[in-house]
Amino acid sequence: MNESAVVRFNRLAEQPLGSVTPTRAGFRGFVRTAQDIWRHRQLLGLLVRRDVKARYKDSVLGMLWTLINPLVQLGVYYLVMGQILGAARGITDFAVYIFAGLTIYGLFAETLSGATGSIVANAGLVKKVYVPREIFPLAAAGSAVFTFGVQLLVLLVASFTLGKPPLSVEILYFFPSVALIAVYGLAFGILLSAMNVYLRDVQYLTQVLLMLAMWASPIVYAWTMVGDVVNRFHLPTWLLEVYTASPLTLAVLGFHRAFWGAGQPADFPPDLLMRMGVAILIGFVLLYVCQRAFARLQGNFAQEL
Amino acid sequence: MVEAPPTDIPDVIVIDNVSKTFALRKDNSLKERLVTFGRRGRQFKEEFQSLVDVTFSIPAGSSIALMGPNGSGKSTLLKVIGGIIEPSQGEVQRRGRLAALLELGAGFHPDLSGRDNVYLNAAILGLTREETEERFDSIVAFSEIGDFIDTQVKFYSSGMYVRLAFAVAVHTDPDILLVDEVLAVGDEAFQRKCMDKIREFQREGRTIVLVSHSAAQVMDICDSGVVLRHGEVAFIGSAAEATKVHREIMEGKRLTRVDAEEVAARSEMSIGALRVLNSVGEEVQDVNPGDDIQIEITVRHEVPHRHWGTTFSIDTPSGQQVFGTGVRRLTGDLHGPAGVGETVIRYRLNDVAFGGGQYFVNALAADANGVSVDTLWQGARFYVPMSEQRTGTVHTEAEVLEATPR
Repeated sequence: MNESAVVRFNRLAEQPLGSVTPTRAGFRGFVRTAQDIWRHRQLLGLLVRRDVKARYKDSVLGMLWTLINPLVQLGVYYLVMGQILGAARGITDFAVYIFAGLTIYGLFAETLSGATGSIVANAGLVKKVYVPREIFPLAAAGSAVFTFGVQLLVLLVASFTLGKPPLSVEILYFFPSVALIAVYGLAFGILLSAMNVYLRDVQYLTQVLLMLAMWASPIVYAWTMVGDVVNRFHLPTWLLEVYTASPLTLAVLGFHRAFWGAGQPADFPPDLLMRMGVAILIGFVLLYVCQRAFARLQGNFAQEL
Repeated sequence: MVEAPPTDIPDVIVIDNVSKTFALRKDNSLKERLVTFGRRGRQFKEEFQSLVDVTFSIPAGSSIALMGPNGSGKSTLLKVIGGIIEPSQGEVQRRGRLAALLELGAGFHPDLSGRDNVYLNAAILGLTREETEERFDSIVAFSEIGDFIDTQVKFYSSGMYVRLAFAVAVHTDPDILLVDEVLAVGDEAFQRKCMDKIREFQREGRTIVLVSHSAAQVMDICDSGVVLRHGEVAFIGSAAEATKVHREIMEGKRLTRVDAEEVAARSEMSIGALRVLNSVGEEVQDVNPGDDIQIEITVRHEVPHRHWGTTFSIDTPSGQQVFGTGVRRLTGDLHGPAGVGETVIRYRLNDVAFGGGQYFVNALAADANGVSVDTLWQGARFYVPMSEQRTGTVHTEAEVLEATPR
């Protein structure tokens, strides 16, 4: 036995035996997982960098593609929805309005679709070593935040040049909006990523739901138009409340409030901030529930992949 | 400062009553699952017991092999130890830092450079950024990647790929190293380097858990072995005995659990050791063409034998026999009477002509009727230095004759 072996044995003898798969039940399990992820934050950072770096590797335009997609979307919606179908008539600075909505929706869509496929895409790693598996949907969210950051720059430039510069305290609505998307995107993302391991249909279902979610939020039309429809067809008013309570709708409205300088108080539902706060709190409960579900499902990942 | 060794060696892995049941589903799409929803779905579900009440501990500094036929649960057990699969019952406890050499390079991203992948893979194996930076040069040097470190990994040869992955894994300073049949990577020179690294790990008191089918590799690396059969522990004991039990299970001879004592006491005669000696009787590793060597077989007799025989054979790593003989072939007779205790038999091989490469020696002991009583597979090995002038397993002098017009 050489000296380094003796040192090692003595060190090991002092360490307590720990369970390889500690119980992750209940609230303590949630906290333990959160601590575990915090310990792996450097890995999380590297995974995000890997995703971002690898995505546009070997493409000539590279990072520009993060802009081309939403810009084309903006062009199409502006022209078709705004000018041809006439949605723009009721909305001043329509281009900024659309792009604000598309930017925050893009964060949600990319987080959710990236997260859903993340465990399957990282199958090699999941089967190789133990790291808290929540780290993969989190990394997908991280790379979505990067895209979001680039689009946000464009949005700022656009709102300063095309519309009324967003230079009031209203810009602070940015934060609850992003918090809403982060909490709900992560909650659903974590749950769907685990479900997708067992049932690959989930990733296609997510795409369909994302498309529905986009049209179910005031991105290419105004929130007031929904109210008009409810009045015109004498629908019960709680329908509008349900529509407004959707976290994506609230986040989009918050973004409009922050960046669409032409907006008037009448363009938004009353007590927007309070509605957002309530939604965020519910979102945290949902995040907890989804993580619990993930913890139950993850035990058999290595065989199912 | 020299520390005193601990009074008893601590266990690094304690496996306590671990069972694992898999549900095998035959319906994999939403449609199929909806169609077979509810009670009818049950019949599409099949339970499979991959591990059954496995209990044993691994002390620090030991090198242990997990063996068994395909589907016996050895890889599952390795993954349970690694924390990748949760056991259905029981618990695995562990102390110290763990690194896994499972599916080498699984964490590599083809579009990233070798450098980025080193940082990523090291982080996955639990190194901090600072630790990786500190070891980076050493990792690159070990992998022999050189200037290609900044090239995208997808342009690497498969050898470079595994070399880099192996280099990262062995630089993570683990207390426990899990190895899943991946040691045979790269060219021969690199394989030697890997083996040297493993030996260095062993000297440093690191624990190695190896899953392997290869008796030669197990004998080479491990001091003890666990044989699994249908998810149950069939045998725990020394590596030599474990390889023997493993082979018997593979050949369908052994259907029940065996104890270490039973294996030792089972036969009246067993092969204790096998050595390769040079002409003056010293143990050797390297053999050159033209050498005279001796094969020494130590046979343990539990009862006196009036007549008994031995044979031995020499194989390549791929199992191709290149030479074999025995007492009956050579003399037409058997060995003379032997009392209780150890008897040493030596065979002399004159002017051997093995081609360059690795060779393994197997020995067999037989009773008076020529019925095999004990076999020691790959009990010794030797290496013949490679020659640039020729290939193959036979060495013979050769030369080019001048071309003559006809």
